[in-house]
Amino acid sequence: MDLITPEFGLVFWTLITFLILLFILRKFAWKPILGAVSDREEGIKDALASAEKARQEMENLTADNERILKEARAERETMLKEARDLKAKLIADAKEEAQAQANKLIEQAQTAIESEKKAAMAELKNHVAGLSIDIAEKVVRDELSNKDKQLKLVENMLGETTLN
Amino acid sequence: MTLNTLKRTVFTVLFLSVFSFGFAEGSKEGGEDKEFDAKEMILHHVKDAYGMHLFDWNDHPISIPLPVITYTDKGLTMFSSSAFHHDYHGHEIVERNGQKFVNVHEKVYVLDEGASSVEFDAEDHPTNAHRPTFDISITRNVFMMWVSIAVLFLIFLTAARRYKKSEDNVPSGIASFVEPLVLFVRDEIAKPMIGEHKYRRYMPYLLTIFFFIWINNIFGLIPILNGANLSGNIAFTFTLAAITFIITTFSGNKNYWQHIFWMPGVPVPMKIFLMPIEIIGMFVKPISLMIRLFANITAGHVIILALMSLIFVFKTVAIAPVSVAFSLFITVIEVIVTAIQAYIFTILSALYFGMATEEAHH
Repeated sequence: MDLITPEFGLVFWTLITFLILLFILRKFAWKPILGAVSDREEGIKDALASAEKARQEMENLTADNERILKEARAERETMLKEARDLKAKLIADAKEEAQAQANKLIEQAQTAIESEKKAAMAELKNHVAGLSIDIAEKVVRDELSNKDKQLKLVENMLGETTLN
Repeated sequence: MTLNTLKRTVFTVLFLSVFSFGFAEGSKEGGEDKEFDAKEMILHHVKDAYGMHLFDWNDHPISIPLPVITYTDKGLTMFSSSAFHHDYHGHEIVERNGQKFVNVHEKVYVLDEGASSVEFDAEDHPTNAHRPTFDISITRNVFMMWVSIAVLFLIFLTAARRYKKSEDNVPSGIASFVEPLVLFVRDEIAKPMIGEHKYRRYMPYLLTIFFFIWINNIFGLIPILNGANLSGNIAFTFTLAAITFIITTFSGNKNYWQHIFWMPGVPVPMKIFLMPIEIIGMFVKPISLMIRLFANITAGHVIILALMSLIFVFKTVAIAPVSVAFSLFITVIEVIVTAIQAYIFTILSALYFGMATEEAHH
């Protein structure tokens, strides 16, 4: 029975000792230790959060870069396309113009040739006419050198010519 | 030479090492001693005492004398426990302040007026002496308690200073040993039991009881301190359990009291039926705390001492290896129990605080 009866003396000293222990440890041990621990934990949490933020920013940056790169690539593509189109158009235009020019030149040339030809023909005709007249003159002169022949000719000519 | 001094010698030495049988056996030529009483010996070791007996030297007990402080109708009286000359059978009468004090089984009695020696009844209780009104002696348990808080101060104030010194709050030295334990109490006991928002208020108390109980459990196992069985003393566990009870009661919120007096969510007859049960439960919780710690620690001591007693019960040293082997085994278990019991006391206290501060969640 003695064993399980709390004695006043020990209860008294335990109470006093425990309260002193609690008071001193609370003020000089638990507060600094828990404070330090929670400060450190806060620090770690903050560091982690800022690292996460940095990572996020980095990711954003990368994404931005990617996007810009993509845009640039697309722009280059369009520019190239435009250039190609322009080139094709230029070539086509040039071709067309050249064609037109050529046609015009050909036409001019043809006209010139035509007129040259006409002039040449006219000259040829004149020449041929002169020659013919010369020949005719010679022939006539020759024909008309004797009377018989002159008469015969007149007769022929009269025979050919029908009076109407 | 008495068998008691022999016993003390043997127990101390056996506690310390296996190699001391020769010495124990050598001094066993006691002769006229009375029959060895294992129960009496064990109870004397488990209970409190006025002097701090360390060991025997040349058949003379060496102990630290501690002050005996009593308060009677004649006022405060204080004298050294060495005045009893290691007697606890009421033979040695110490006269102080006009009163005669005797030590009967490590309890101070004041002899009645006119009596010159203690007389005992059949049950070995003094008939002509009474206990002083208050006996606030610095017994060996009180002494060990003070040693233990000195050690706690040394450990934790040093650890706290380590944090102050370091610039980035990184633990070093003893702080790196202390910090995991403190964090254990915080993360495994306080936070889950009380809750993330309210645990802070209770941390100092929980940490203090955890380490206070643990260190005293450990001190109870150290052989040279001869089983200053503080945490196995019901007065000690009673005080701590009472403090837990007071804190629980004062931090009880509306929800807590409602659950005790008018249980929500059950029909009225059930509410009336549950009320007395809950009121009893309020007191049973701290009482269970008190008994659990007391019984566990005392039981450990009793087992170790009983195993040692086998040597004397069988009166042969041949049983010693068995005794030592078993008590070594039990001691190893006790080392674990020291921590477990401190943990259980703390976690249950935290649980009660958690119950008292829990918000309604219906």
